[in-house]
Order: sequence, then C-alpha cells, then structure tokens
Amino acid sequence: MMSSTIDAEAPAQKRTHSGVAPYAQMGYWEPGYGPRDTDVLCAFRITPQPGVDPIEAAAAVAGESSTATWTIVWTDRLTAHDHYRARAYRLDPVPGNPQQYIAYIAYDLDLFEEGSIANLTSSIIGNVFGFKALLALRLEDMRIPVAYVKTFAGPPHGIVMEREYLNKFGRPLLGATVKPKLGLSARNYGRVVYEALRGGLDFTKDDENINSQPFMRWRDRFLFCMEGVKRAEAASGEIKGHYLNVTAGDMEAMYERAEFAKEIGSIIVMIDLTIGYTAMTSMSKWARRNGMLLHLHRAGHSTYTRQKSHGVSFRVIAKWVRLLGVDHVHAGTVVGKLEGDPNTTKGYYDTLREDFSPANPRTGLYFDQHWASLNPVMPVASGGIHAGQMHQLLHYLGEDVVLQFGGGTIGHPDGIAAGATANRVALEAIVLARNEGRDYFNEGPDILRRAARTCAPLARALDLWKDVSFDYASTDTPDVTPTPSY
Amino acid sequence: MRITQGTFSYLPDLSDEQIAAQVQYALDNGWAISIEHTDDPHPRNAYWEMYGLPMFDVRDAAAVMSDVRAARNEHVGEYIKLNAYDARLGRQTTALSFIIGRPEQEAGFHLERSEANDRVVRYQLQRSAPVER
Repeated sequence: MMSSTIDAEAPAQKRTHSGVAPYAQMGYWEPGYGPRDTDVLCAFRITPQPGVDPIEAAAAVAGESSTATWTIVWTDRLTAHDHYRARAYRLDPVPGNPQQYIAYIAYDLDLFEEGSIANLTSSIIGNVFGFKALLALRLEDMRIPVAYVKTFAGPPHGIVMEREYLNKFGRPLLGATVKPKLGLSARNYGRVVYEALRGGLDFTKDDENINSQPFMRWRDRFLFCMEGVKRAEAASGEIKGHYLNVTAGDMEAMYERAEFAKEIGSIIVMIDLTIGYTAMTSMSKWARRNGMLLHLHRAGHSTYTRQKSHGVSFRVIAKWVRLLGVDHVHAGTVVGKLEGDPNTTKGYYDTLREDFSPANPRTGLYFDQHWASLNPVMPVASGGIHAGQMHQLLHYLGEDVVLQFGGGTIGHPDGIAAGATANRVALEAIVLARNEGRDYFNEGPDILRRAARTCAPLARALDLWKDVSFDYASTDTPDVTPTPSY
Repeated sequence: MRITQGTFSYLPDLSDEQIAAQVQYALDNGWAISIEHTDDPHPRNAYWEMYGLPMFDVRDAAAVMSDVRAARNEHVGEYIKLNAYDARLGRQTTALSFIIGRPEQEAGFHLERSEANDRVVRYQLQRSAPVER
C-alpha cells in the first residue's frame, strides 16, 4: 500500500525522500525502547484492517498521535524529530481474540502542555481514532509520569478534607438523586431534598440534565434546596449538602450559578462531563478558590467508554478528571443497573483513590501509576441500587465512596424520609457487623433482617426490593479472566 | 430529637460489649483511640474537649473500656464520642468516630432565618433551649 525504499535502520538520514513511507520504517516502531520515567505511556487496543501488519498499525498510531502526517515532509529536518516522535515499543496479541493487539506507545514529556488535559487529549486521541487502516482503536490506559502529574492541582479538597469538613468518618456517605428527573417545580423539588436529608442521607443531588429548564429555573431551585438542606441540618445536628448542578451553556453562566450557590451557603456544587475538559478545569479552580466541594457527573461517557474494541476506557477518563481536579465522580456500582464488571470497576476505584496503583491484568490496569500525593477523588456509586444490597456494596466498593440511592430512597412506600432511614440503618448495621469481624458479605441478608427488627422502614424496603437485581453480562471486562457480573 | 452525628447513631445505642468490639477493630488496624466530650454538639463544633490524650500505646480494649466508663461517670449529661485515629501517610485523619454517651433529653437545634434581598435567606443554626427535666 505504500511505496518506499527507506531503510528502517537509518530513518533520519533518508527522511528527505518525498513520498509515502511506512510508519514503522519512519521510526515509530522501536521494539528495544526502554521508556523513561518522564514519558507518557499509552496502551492502545488496536484492531487492524484485514491484511494490515499489526506492527505497521501500531507504528501508525504512534505516528498519527505525535509528529507524523501521511507523507514525508522536508520540514521534519528542521526539528530534532527523534525527540518528538512517539514510539510504539511493544505489541501483545490479545488472548482469545486473534484480531486484536495491545500496542504500547511512549511519548516524550515535551509533547504536552503543563496542566492542560485539553492538550493531552488533543495529542493522544485527537486524530488517530478515525485512521482508515484500523477497524477499531481503544485507549485502554495511560501512565501519567509524576513529572506531568505535578503540573496539575488535582481535586480541590480530596477525601480526607471532605470527611473532616463533613465530620463523617468510618462509613460510606449516602446520597440520592432527586426524582423524577424532569418536571418538578422548585418548591416540590426542595421538599424531596428536605425529606431525604432529614431521613438520614448525607447528600442529595441534581441529576445531570437538571440545569435550568422552563419547568424549574436554576435560581429558584437553588433557594428551595438550601431551605431543605438547612432544615435537615437543624433536624439532625449533622452537616448536609445538595449538589447544585451549575452546568450551563457557557462559562459566564456557570460562574454566575456557582457564585450564587456560594452566596446562599451551599457546601457543594456539581458539573457534568459534557461541559468539556477545559471548563471542568476552570470550575475546579473556582471550587478551590471558594472552598466548595466539586461533584462531577460523567454524563455521556458511555458513548466512548463502554465498547471494548473502540473508544477510551473509563480508567483513562478517571485519570484525567483526577488530574484536572474534582472531589467526586461517578465510577460505577457493580451491582446496579449500569455497566460495571466487578474487577474493572475496582480498577477505576483504585485509580481514583490510591496514591499508587500497580499494573494488574485482573483489574484492567496496564501500568504502575504514582500520584505523588495528588488528592484522591471520592467515587460515587449511583444507578439502580437499594438497601438490600448494602453488604455487596460495602464489599465491592469499600468505605470511601458515596452510595446514591435515588429510586431506592424516593420510591419507598412509606415516604422519602423512611426510604432514607432504611438506607442509613442498613449501612450502619453492615459497617458495625464488618467491624465486629463477621462474614458480612455472606451473612449480609441476615444482618439486614435483624437490623430491620428495630427499623420498620428497612423491613419495608427489604420486602419491596428483595428480587431486584440487574444481572446482565458486562461488555467491558479484562482480557485475562472470565468474570461474573453482579 | 436525636443528634445523629457519628457512625452508628441510627442504630439502637451500642452496648458496652458492642463498643468493645469496635475498639478491638480499631486496635487491630493500629489506630489510636481517643475520647472527647462536649455540651455543645453544634455540627460545626470541631473541637470537643479531649478526655486525656489519644491512647497511642494502648493495645488492650479492656483498658480503653475502663476509660469509656470513667468518662461517662465524669461527664453525665454531656455528649461523649469515641474516635479512632489513622496516622498512616495519605490518611492522617479520623478513621472511625461514634457517639457513646448522650443526654437523656436532647435539646436539638432550630434555624434562625433572616431575609436578605432578592429572596435570599440567611440561615443560622442555633442550639435550642435545654429541655426541662
């Protein structure tokens, strides 16, 4: 497909020949290359077109995501092109899938602007995903070198600061998304906030598509929500919050909404992934400047994270949002209604919470990742979960997580506050049992039944939702082991 | 009114045996236990009075429990909580905290509202008057 007489051993000398050269011979395939500590590393899942050499495909990905274009340009010779060229240095066949390969590519740190996820992503995923020689391409993971990590401020507060501020330790936090998503007036909406928080939740939340629509404008919603939050604080003696979604059509409107949330005493605001990496980074800086917790809803991510052959894995998105800095991000439930293989989800949670996560094929992590004390992000589990799953949720997701029960709170037959109480009692009972050394995962249903003896709302919840589960095969699982879905 | 700060406030009050099991869990994790008390449980009151220093070197749950009982005897009618502190790098914060003593009648809180311009309301959380015994 390409005509060239260029010698792969001496690419630099021959780069004055005009014409089209194979990427591998242009120096983008360097199997002996040992990555430096400061290199950005990527693992791509590549599916070459039939007949395309996988090495050439890997080299093309390296080329198109760094310096190359489709033909040789003499202006290369004006640069230290060897320095700027990305290198595919390793190619592994995917077990059980003869069409696919994992290509490892190294990029010099000089390719990227400090503190800019926009620049990082424009470089790495900017062009190459439409490349014709590939049937499909997926960015599976990235190793962000510490030298680059240190150019980002990270989450404005992080898990420790959030817990110290909220005065809540030793258990997952509890939340709920106000339902129905659409149509409630501001006054009715604030009622849901009040009932859920006074019943025992720590947070309530706007949904991703609640911005400022004709049925409820943002300013009205904010005022009624704060009445609900403050009433619940008085009723419980606890600190409570409602994630006020400040997502808007432009930055000026987002800043205006965030400033108003601050003025009326909210402790947390929320943004959607759809606003883009630069807008999220700006809101992170605003949140840091104003002492405001920042919640991120990953709206839209499944359009590019879910299919295993093409797109960007959520573990990469998790790294980007930790770097640009949010305090919360939705990261999967394992047991709920949305996509989430247990091991893959653990990989996301480790990426968000740990200061170091080692490469681990079981959890889908391709690289060791050091964070150099960059604040961790609190993962949020949301979507189709209920009190009867509390032992599973604690087992799979651990303690530093916000468990959000929307339908599982508001759908309680005895009312929203009863639904909230059921969740809180279930949570505390399971944590108590775990700390006592019990096999809480297997004994969970029994522990919950006993707790329900002194909590009628929990008894109702357990009866109502006892048969609800979402048991479908996951589409995004690690290659190494077949894993069950819960 | 029941103030629901702390990890287990939604459960029935823990027995001494249950508290001892939580203490043992904390000690097994290498966390230091401390006890604090207050008559001002406002949610923004971060500094309850310390009942002695954190017990960094105590490895025996029974010894902690004797301090729990002593603190309760000395501070009847106050809120008392037990904290477990995790000094590991990356945490360096409280790992577990729950109330182990509270007044028989809890006063609770009420909201003071002041109306500002443009429908904005400013809220002050105030301790309610103590309940008559």
